[in-house]
Amino acid sequence: MANMSAENTPRLPERDRPWMMRTYAGHSTAKASNELYRRNLEKGQTGLSVAFDLPTQTGYDPDDELARGEVGKVGVPVCHRGDMSALMDGIPLAEMNTSMTINATAAWLLALYIVAAEDQGVAQEQLQGTTQNDIIKEFLARGTYAFPPAPSMRLIADMIAYTVEHVPKWNPINICSYHLQEAGATPLQEIAYSMSNAIAVLDAARARVPQERMAQVFGRISFFVNAGVRFIEEHAKLRAMSILWEELGRERYGVSDPRLLRFRYGVQVNSLGLTEAQPENNVQRIVLEALAVTLGRGARARAIQLPAWNEALGLPRPWDQQWSLRIQQVLAYETDILEYPDIFEGSKVMEGLVEELLEGARAEMSVVAEHGGAVEAVPYMKAALVDSHRERIRRIEAGEQIVVGQNRFSESEESPLTADAEGGILVVDPAVEAEQVEQVKRWRSGRDQAAVDSALADLAEAARSEDGSQNLMIPTIAAARAGATTGEWSRTLREVFGSYRAPTGVGEATAAPADDTLSELRGEVARLQETLGRRPKILVGKPGLDGHSNGAEQIAVRARDCGMDVVYEGIRLTPAQIASSALQEGVHVIGLSILSGSHRELIPAVMSALREAGVSAPVVVGGIIPDQDVPALKAAGVSAVYTPKDFDISSIMRDIIALVGSGAGREVLAGGASANGAA
Amino acid sequence: MSDDGAALGRRLRERDLGAAPAALNLLESTTAADREQAAALLAEVSPATLGGEAHAHIIGVTGPPGAGKSTLLSALLHAWRSAGLTVAMLAVDPSSRRSGGSLLGDRARIDFDPADRGVLIRSTAAGERLGGLAWATRAAAQALAAAFDVVVIETVGVGQAETEIADVADTVAVVVQPGGGDVLQFLKSGIMEIPDVLVVTKADLGQLALRTRRDLSAALRSLGSRSTEVLAVSSLKPPAGIDELVAALERHRGSLDLAARRLAARRASALTDFALEHGESGMRAIGGRRAAEELLAGQDHGLEVPALVRALEEQMA
Repeated sequence: MANMSAENTPRLPERDRPWMMRTYAGHSTAKASNELYRRNLEKGQTGLSVAFDLPTQTGYDPDDELARGEVGKVGVPVCHRGDMSALMDGIPLAEMNTSMTINATAAWLLALYIVAAEDQGVAQEQLQGTTQNDIIKEFLARGTYAFPPAPSMRLIADMIAYTVEHVPKWNPINICSYHLQEAGATPLQEIAYSMSNAIAVLDAARARVPQERMAQVFGRISFFVNAGVRFIEEHAKLRAMSILWEELGRERYGVSDPRLLRFRYGVQVNSLGLTEAQPENNVQRIVLEALAVTLGRGARARAIQLPAWNEALGLPRPWDQQWSLRIQQVLAYETDILEYPDIFEGSKVMEGLVEELLEGARAEMSVVAEHGGAVEAVPYMKAALVDSHRERIRRIEAGEQIVVGQNRFSESEESPLTADAEGGILVVDPAVEAEQVEQVKRWRSGRDQAAVDSALADLAEAARSEDGSQNLMIPTIAAARAGATTGEWSRTLREVFGSYRAPTGVGEATAAPADDTLSELRGEVARLQETLGRRPKILVGKPGLDGHSNGAEQIAVRARDCGMDVVYEGIRLTPAQIASSALQEGVHVIGLSILSGSHRELIPAVMSALREAGVSAPVVVGGIIPDQDVPALKAAGVSAVYTPKDFDISSIMRDIIALVGSGAGREVLAGGASANGAA
Repeated sequence: MSDDGAALGRRLRERDLGAAPAALNLLESTTAADREQAAALLAEVSPATLGGEAHAHIIGVTGPPGAGKSTLLSALLHAWRSAGLTVAMLAVDPSSRRSGGSLLGDRARIDFDPADRGVLIRSTAAGERLGGLAWATRAAAQALAAAFDVVVIETVGVGQAETEIADVADTVAVVVQPGGGDVLQFLKSGIMEIPDVLVVTKADLGQLALRTRRDLSAALRSLGSRSTEVLAVSSLKPPAGIDELVAALERHRGSLDLAARRLAARRASALTDFALEHGESGMRAIGGRRAAEELLAGQDHGLEVPALVRALEEQMA
């Protein structure tokens, strides 16, 4: 970027405008979230970033069995056009720039947004914002997919084809490298996999839009990236991505307009590195990470949202999020970073770093291409991420990677920040779920059912259309207008497309090199096997809709490396499924992982399903579990609870082996379930 | 403490499917006390006690990774349950034992209703033995055959896998995906035994699936096999060929002399178990393999495997 300003001054002729400032927010109900958004806008936030709850993200209504415990937890439930209108009430949609973290059901939520805008008298042509809509990273890292890969890619291509014509200022997809880093990706993997992902999306779109539109389509693709605390290298990563992106546009898609070739990205900085121990240290981490995406003008973010200091503890409160917004404002308005051209131009170090990353990323991209592209390479990439994540954990356990307050300098004074009754986090009122269940029932009984049925029938027909000749956005918008619900839209498509389970990546994970700790654990497992008569068998389960499976995967892989037999079935299991697996597989111990805050409802539900099935194997739980919730889980029968501060997986394994050995874990009750078989 | 093997065996005999998980825990156990109880369990479901062979159809399903076995099994499971048949599925996972432990992922790939008590799925690691069959799988299949209507043993691989599986299954189905040249080569070269049923998956791929089916049929004819059926199925929605496959599996079983096949299987298993336990020197002590076979042929046809092994062991003294 040649920004050498005139007259030998190192400054820009005019200070740059700040990036767009957002806060990823939403919880409980549309009404409560609307109030939160309005307050945030008053505080100087310049765009919206909507967090949806897991049922909305995965396509279930609040009264669905799978939605239990998850309604309104990690975001706002939006079930129909009424909810979307309430969410956007009093917010002028013609001016607002709204980013929605929504993927499998992105087409549906965009349709609801379009209809809510109509209600405000705003035409779809005026709408600005982004739907995340990146399904490949859902398969790889985040888990809120709903349909198999091929129809999922079709939905994305349909949205691109529709928005480029009718909602021209909308970014139909944000290619996400963010979640890859959260899942353990190295900078090199983050670049290579997200670029490969973009290629898969653009190739799918190329088949659905006229050739002369491709440059426009290319120009509307934006990225959602991550930035870790190694902020120099992270900045180099973003420069490398912008170089690759431009190359890709020119060479693969024939784009020549420099404006359309610009690498545009939004960012949420790293959460993986935020600690539960001494959580105040997270503030400095967040500030440094923000520098990675703002410091150099050559690759500066267009939109930023920062996590809150207490994310590893639970859901942040409005005050916690305000603190993060103020970090952005201090950076933009108090410091001088917006006054200069690219400060890294000509830096040998930066150029060298970028070159190194480019070289590695290109090589890894060709490996993905050899697998047949990003869609086909999902199992390969998933296994590679599980491996990288394991290496990261190993380095932290071994003290090779220092995490202040966690594996070094861990002595601490009592923190006043977490001293209040709730432990310094937001607790969603459990009454919200029942309220939403009632609300959706009222909605269904108050609408024109015939119109809904007919709209859903049209949707099914379009989904079945040969080679996808009909664009799904059109019947989707019609169904939104008619008053269909999120669950109905998804169910209609699931019936045509089928459902899907993504690869877990753990089966392919390579065996760990045996160090002293591992050898010792293997010895213990071998001794235990002699006592038990069978190899110790563990069930690793993820109840609920939470797709954050990194923790569960690492436990599964480590248990295997210790010599156990591991039954791991991936994400989104009902309590009944977990109980049935535990019984039928004859496991000695059960490990459950939940990060969505739904443990208060789901863990007791699993415990009672296990009791009903006659399973007496002990249960341990891991996840983001606030201290004050631990007694209730123990009372429900849980043997141990692990949270992010228990970063040493070896010691968790040692506990689990001891638990099985203590005899509490003596198999499934003799005789199994009740005596009545299926006959 | 050991579970009461005889009681569990009696419950299985009465088709109490709730006894199955505990029965499997016992049959998989290697402690001396559990082995004794396991023998008692098997005696309760032996042909001698049952007054004939166990009623289930024991089906082995094998094929290379990625051939679509899990999707096919989901479709078969659905068809059997719709017909009111209870199903037990023993998934033998091939994952490496290098680290000692195994990741058993098969269960996740099979689509079934967890509340359905007429279905049991159990995963085991292939473990120490070659050939893909877990140590206790054979005993498990025999025990579950008294309680369930269909017992499926799923293994991965081609070559040795279906030979091992043939020692316990009534019907062996090999699953091939379109273009799966390995199976064709293995068949032609005799590395692989001729299966009872060949299933070509992903029939939705069209021409490629058709050609694979034709090549396999031609190879079978040239090997002189007339009885092996070759079927094409598609497990994608809407599934195709599943009912035909169910019918073909039943036809094969109908054509069998079941008692003779199972008797031969029990004798082969007893020999294998004896050899594993006592090695070549043990075999010599009872006069060699030939003498052992003769001894087994003289035993009551209704005895279960542990009883046959005991008969061989008595010969050692």
